[in-house]
Amino acid sequence: MARGSVSIVVERCKACGFCVEFCPSKVLALSDAFNSKGYHPPHAVNPDKCSGCDLCGMYCPDFAIHGYRPGKADVVDAAEKEKEAE
Amino acid sequence: MSTPICIQKAPDNPVESFLRTDRMPHIWCPGCGIGTTVNCFTRALIDSKTDLDKLSIVSGIGCTGRVAGYVNLDSFHTTHGRAIPFATGLKLASPEMTVVVYSGDGDLFAIGGNHLIHAARRNVDIKVICVNNLTYAMTGGQTGPATPLDVITATAPYGTYDPAFNLPYLVEAAGAVYVARWTTFHVKQLAKSMAEMFKKKGFCFIEVVSPCPTLYQRRNKMGDALDTMKFYKEVSKTKHGTPTSEVGLTKSGEIIVGKFVDRERPDFETMMKAHLEASLGDKYIPAEVPTCS
Amino acid sequence: MTHADPIGVLTGAHFLDGDHAACEGAICAGARFSAGYPITPSTEVVERFSHRAPKIGATFIQMEDELAASIAILGAVWGGVKAFTVTSGPGFSLMMEHIGYAVMTETPCVFIDVQRGGPSTGLPTLPAQADMMQVKWGSHGDYEIIALCPNSPQECFDLTIKAFNLSEKYRVPVFVMMDEVVGHMTEKVVIPRAEEIEVEPRHFTNKDKSSFQLYAPVGEEQTPEMAKAGDGYKVHVTGLTHDERGYPNMTPAVQERMVKRLVTKIRDNAEKICITEQHDVEGADVVVVSYGITSRVAQRAVEMARAKGLKVGTLRLITAWPFPDHVIRAIAPKVKGFVVAELNLGQMVREVERSAAGKCRVALVGHAGGTVHKPEEILKAIEEVAR
Repeated sequence: MARGSVSIVVERCKACGFCVEFCPSKVLALSDAFNSKGYHPPHAVNPDKCSGCDLCGMYCPDFAIHGYRPGKADVVDAAEKEKEAE
Repeated sequence: MSTPICIQKAPDNPVESFLRTDRMPHIWCPGCGIGTTVNCFTRALIDSKTDLDKLSIVSGIGCTGRVAGYVNLDSFHTTHGRAIPFATGLKLASPEMTVVVYSGDGDLFAIGGNHLIHAARRNVDIKVICVNNLTYAMTGGQTGPATPLDVITATAPYGTYDPAFNLPYLVEAAGAVYVARWTTFHVKQLAKSMAEMFKKKGFCFIEVVSPCPTLYQRRNKMGDALDTMKFYKEVSKTKHGTPTSEVGLTKSGEIIVGKFVDRERPDFETMMKAHLEASLGDKYIPAEVPTCS
Repeated sequence: MTHADPIGVLTGAHFLDGDHAACEGAICAGARFSAGYPITPSTEVVERFSHRAPKIGATFIQMEDELAASIAILGAVWGGVKAFTVTSGPGFSLMMEHIGYAVMTETPCVFIDVQRGGPSTGLPTLPAQADMMQVKWGSHGDYEIIALCPNSPQECFDLTIKAFNLSEKYRVPVFVMMDEVVGHMTEKVVIPRAEEIEVEPRHFTNKDKSSFQLYAPVGEEQTPEMAKAGDGYKVHVTGLTHDERGYPNMTPAVQERMVKRLVTKIRDNAEKICITEQHDVEGADVVVVSYGITSRVAQRAVEMARAKGLKVGTLRLITAWPFPDHVIRAIAPKVKGFVVAELNLGQMVREVERSAAGKCRVALVGHAGGTVHKPEEILKAIEEVAR
């Protein structure tokens, strides 16, 4: 499983391409989708490679993406979640 | 333990708490580097554990000047070229504040040039972040004091024929105690420099070379912002301690980045207080930090 | 209202010139920061302040030009202190942009203009009163300010205090329009005890950080409360057209709301703000209107006219702006005319003409500057209008 993950605010993106280019693990590519301004926001094409380094977040001029490493508290054990639901 | 498969929630982007989110989206163009510098700024504030209640940001007029309006700090969007004297007054009245001036190459070095050199001479304890996109961007891309030779601008349609200031050289000569240059490609190094600067007393200056894809790069057929960032990556050389006389920028030549000056000199307020105490003895009453009364 | 901090108050009778007295007035009013740039005949105000400041917990810095001085004081105000600067004609012209910025950002502060002959470099060491329209209209855009005109060193002291008080009350830059004669004449100046000097404190807000709006008007004065950097209010101050939060909002609707409020907060309170000194206006045939040093020459001319049996009253503008329309309007129908004596070629006379609205004559006794009027010049005009 990937050490990290990205969170993208699609509506803020202006498709400059910085995150795609400068991700050291080549996780991202511009998608074919559009946001309401007509830009193609990025998506994770290699999510397993994400280290959560947040270089994408540092580069993004529109504050539209950031990377993070989920802490233990953020990760839920699926089996335990089912138990709670019962 | 079974394989975890679900992430409850993503933590916020560290920049988010620093933004006046009710004013998003900002006005900067696609690929403009100013937003990138703001990310570095926020990381630097977090890393240096600066008290955000005691940080003020002062900007001038121009695209970079708009930073003041987007950050959730005591922020002052002042007149063209005059962020530095405003910051001087603010700092002297309220010395416990960290005062950052965040402005552009035209604002700080043309109309604001006189104030810049005097604040550096005095060694006023302010931190200046100069985003240098080599042009007057807000007004449409006219020639500025940092525009290199042979570049097409809105007011030099046949190319410029006066050379640019070498910003770090000028600021060092005027007396700054900390002088560094990075580009918007060097996000980690820039954040680190900014954090270093917040902790250093005296007139500190960081130049950040940044794309203006809509105007500067477009008129000079230099590609888009991503091309410019790749260009920075390719032609930048990190050479800490290079004599600032050697770091001038040209249209497509080498960009020397790094920390050029880091020296010690008592700041203006320290000098003022020491001197007045020596002259007046116990008759000297230093200014009090103002309270709301 | 509170009282002056005793630390700065030199209680007693002094022999001071107007420049020095104005400095003492600023100190009594609570000014603890000045940024200046030397220009004759105003320089002594800040030279004295540079002497006094380190002994009273104040800061003085000489800046590199008037552009820097006029905005450094605004920075200091947002840092939480009362601040002022001083200048004369050419420097006043340089300060115009920041006067507009102070008005727009509603930054309380005081500018002292010790007027000299102009235009341009003009007569650095000689008087005029030719910046009177400039003080009101010199910066671009629609706005209102308050301007006071002392006619003696004592008034330079008293009216500088008043200027600070008005600036805090209305969150507006206030101007003390001196002239070279009043600035350099030496007379007795009485400085009262600190507890006798009324001082308007800055109206800092008590509201909590989530609800306070830096540009939301309150009270009769329609003036917002103040805040300062460093208290967690995360203020945003900009010269762009802005809404009540201070956020830029460059639309016609917000422009209308904001500019109208900047203007009406002074215009609607004009009758409260205006100060005039009137003598023998009741039953007069002619009323002599004057301000600053000219009012002292006018006084002599009026005495000469009365000795000749003429019924002459005087109206001295202590506030030149906002202009006391209501006073002129009340007097105009009852007199043959106004004689306006001023050390310029016709500035405040236009306001008198406008307010008199044709109900009586208005005669100007102008002067290009360089010295004060001769009383005979004003007497001649009084006799002319009285005919």
